[in-house]
Amino acid sequence: MSYMFKNADQLLKLCKKLKKPLSEIVIRYEMEVADSSRKEVMDKMRKVVAVMKEAINGGIYEPKKSLSGMSGGGAGKLMKYFQKKKGRTYLNELAIRAMTYAIATGETNACMGRIAAFPTAGGSGVIPGVIMAIKEIDKLSEDKVLRGLFTAAGIGIIIAENATLSAAAAGCQAEVGAANACAAAAAVEMRGGKPEQAMTAAAMAMKSALGLACDPLGGLVEVPCIKRNALGTQHALGAADLALSGIVSYIPFDEVVEAMWNIGKLMSPKIRETALGGLAVTPTGMRIRAKLGLPALKKSHLLE
Amino acid sequence: MPTTYSVFDIAGPIMVGPSSSHTAGAVKIGQLARAIYDSTPEKVVFQLHGSFGTVTKGHATDRALLAGIMKFKTSDPRIKDAFKEAKKRHIEYEFQVVDLGPKFHPNTVRVILQKGDKTMSITGSSIGGGNVMICQVNNFDVDIRAMAGKYKSIIVSHESSNRSLEELTAYLIKKGHHIANVQTSKINSHAMSIVNIVKKHLTLNEVLALEQIPGIEFVRSLTKLAH
Ligand code: SF4
Repeated sequence: MSYMFKNADQLLKLCKKLKKPLSEIVIRYEMEVADSSRKEVMDKMRKVVAVMKEAINGGIYEPKKSLSGMSGGGAGKLMKYFQKKKGRTYLNELAIRAMTYAIATGETNACMGRIAAFPTAGGSGVIPGVIMAIKEIDKLSEDKVLRGLFTAAGIGIIIAENATLSAAAAGCQAEVGAANACAAAAAVEMRGGKPEQAMTAAAMAMKSALGLACDPLGGLVEVPCIKRNALGTQHALGAADLALSGIVSYIPFDEVVEAMWNIGKLMSPKIRETALGGLAVTPTGMRIRAKLGLPALKKSHLLE
Repeated sequence: MPTTYSVFDIAGPIMVGPSSSHTAGAVKIGQLARAIYDSTPEKVVFQLHGSFGTVTKGHATDRALLAGIMKFKTSDPRIKDAFKEAKKRHIEYEFQVVDLGPKFHPNTVRVILQKGDKTMSITGSSIGGGNVMICQVNNFDVDIRAMAGKYKSIIVSHESSNRSLEELTAYLIKKGHHIANVQTSKINSHAMSIVNIVKKHLTLNEVLALEQIPGIEFVRSLTKLAH
């Protein structure tokens, strides 16, 4: 039989028919697409995990300032703050770890470290942040981590297939927003939620990021990207809790993806990766432009 | 855009940051230039055009280009130490900001490689999402795309009379290759052709045999770049 799916509806039908979690269908989908054995597919994902861990550790324990000087050292700061507060932070340990790892990944990317662009380089912090934090706090096996990543990839496939993962095409909702949705579904499955609940979490996470502009300072993947990834993990974890409680998304995931694409087409190109709008053209953004030697923008540009 | 996504189109690629077009793309242009030149240069001059000239520092475009010349992959952590690595290999390098004119994409670089009296210039553009194209080889206009390869490109430098090229295509067909298309660009009595073949790769022996054809100066197969 075929495990191909193009949208959430088809994926959920396959889960129902086989009584399997999302991850299992996605693994079999990949075996079919790449004409590979289960072992080959799993081994490939193990490499992704290794790169994620390396990026997280590098960001925390070998902090460096980025080339632009805008970022670096944030992950270590957050970790120390949590240790000092002895549990008296607003968010719990899992949530703080998720943010720490997301920042660490983004900081590694900004200073030319190696990352897995999952789903993209800019949105690459959310998924390892959420999945590695859950693994550690829930003390899960490597297999559970791999499954989380396959579930996340399944959501990413649906978004790429029916909309886009490119910020140049649809802004940050398609990068960090998409990453949040991927991570939310993974978080639900990793705590034993049903496929429908995972899809609901993806829908809710994506809904909260709709309309998000891509407006990086100086066109560099640093500000606001790194902290946006950190807070994205909270959208994902929050959406997972909502879904696991039994709350259902009134709008199904496929329709949310359609809405994201629709909004992307309505967005001005100035807030789609060109660094010509939003935060990129604030006085601080302009200073960074000048520092990087980018041509100055006229005042009139801001309102055109 | 592929019609069927692999899980690893989403969960990857594994790359060194920060930017897919200004870092990963720059590495690929360097790799292609090195492959076309076909040996380790003693000196490389990078002429940076458009935004390649302006955002170089922030995106480490300079180190990425040099890393590509040393055949580093886009995921190689040594990219950030490219200057040091080049010194170790005794490769001299120089970066110049130039204006190549409006004909070129804003993310373009002309790479001039030298070793002894062998000099070659290769111009490439980073056209988005880490995809690149080579648009000139020694001032001859070409169009070589380094996307996840449908075609395997062969670059042929030859006399502008068609005889040597005809002999070359006849040899390829005899060897069981399928030629998808041929583009030729001529300047005076010399020409540069890009022959795109499908399916099979060219073997090293075949390349050497092709270089024996009278009127052919050199043949480069870019099949090695597939990764
Ligand atoms: S703001 Fe733009 S560059 Fe930054 S993460 Fe979002 S989509 Fe990527």
